[in-house]
Amino acid sequence: MSFLPAQKHPQPQSLSDLFMSFTLLALQGFGGVLAVVQRELVEKKQWLTREEFVDDWAVAQILPGPNVVNLSMMIGDRYFGLRGALVALAGMLTLPLLVVLAMALLFAGIADVPAAQGALRGMGAVAAGLITATGLKLIGALHTNVMGARICWALAAITFIAIALLRIRLLWVLLVLGGLASMWAYRQLGALRAVGASQ
Amino acid sequence: MSHPPLSIVMTHADWLGLFTHFMTLSLLSIGGAITTAPEMQRYLVNDRLWLTDAQFNSSIALAQAAPGPNVLFVALVGWNVGLNAGGGLGAGMAGWGFALLGVAVTMVGMMLPSATLTFFAARWGHRNRELRPVRAFKQGVAPIVIALLLSTGWVLTAGHNHPAQDWPLWLLTVVTALVVWKTRIHLLWLLGAGALLGALGLA
Repeated sequence: MSFLPAQKHPQPQSLSDLFMSFTLLALQGFGGVLAVVQRELVEKKQWLTREEFVDDWAVAQILPGPNVVNLSMMIGDRYFGLRGALVALAGMLTLPLLVVLAMALLFAGIADVPAAQGALRGMGAVAAGLITATGLKLIGALHTNVMGARICWALAAITFIAIALLRIRLLWVLLVLGGLASMWAYRQLGALRAVGASQ
Repeated sequence: MSHPPLSIVMTHADWLGLFTHFMTLSLLSIGGAITTAPEMQRYLVNDRLWLTDAQFNSSIALAQAAPGPNVLFVALVGWNVGLNAGGGLGAGMAGWGFALLGVAVTMVGMMLPSATLTFFAARWGHRNRELRPVRAFKQGVAPIVIALLLSTGWVLTAGHNHPAQDWPLWLLTVVTALVVWKTRIHLLWLLGAGALLGALGLA
């Protein structure tokens, strides 16, 4: 570490720079934007250090809403306040929304062709696989969970059975399971602190 | 999109119901908008009959094939509900108007609560990230968020419920999940492969 005052890393120059940056970023993200966000904002533009990115990503993930949109709003807010958050949000959604609607229109024109229907069915099966894989990749993050592996697996299994198989409403699952799990985690964090203090 | 629009009638109360339902989903969308897909499907397809299963699935597939955040599948879901209510694009201005109304109602409903909450909570959370309740909540919901993603994959696949005929689609989903999980291949190749296999009638 340097003894000089913390160097300011590069940052967005203006609201339009913010808008354009997030628009370009969103337009590069096929099948999800997260990988692009990391490469562009941390490695290329260096608006965030890797540590700041991980920290912000955890928060963006915990809060409701699309994770990458949450993250972009947090960055916009940090540099330009509320206006920055709104501009970042608009950048992430406006042009991609027009693109996706244009694709739906183009597709409508060829929707009666069996090959086109088949293509979409095939892409749908791939999309289901992409989402499943995202879930599988995140399982690794549970290894450090304070609740322990067994509780984590049990929670995940109960959630899957309730949502995917029994089709119970998400609200109840989140309130009941999420509430119990958070209380248990709170207790475990306390126990951890007590152990830490006694050593 | 891939199937003829349903013919449905949406009253003002129905549009309001759609809006408030998406506002609720917005606040529940921890882990991303896609984690609410099973609930969205239950409400729109099973309960209210505003959308066919095929329309719902193709909305997600098209949004995945397009650039941008996955939340844009919500816009396509709204677009399709609007098309069903307005008689399709063949109905001219009315069809377009309803389709765009559907986009606005679902997207604003989906974004407004979560964006507002994120703005204030992220500021607060950043200041208090070492607090025990903040950490407990993060740790507690982590396994649930992961299971929600797996449930979404399951619900999308389970829509194809004729095993004798649909097994290639199931296989494609499983293979995709394994490939994405274990390799760093660009997702666009997989979507392209899925489109090709489907177009050739192999999936």
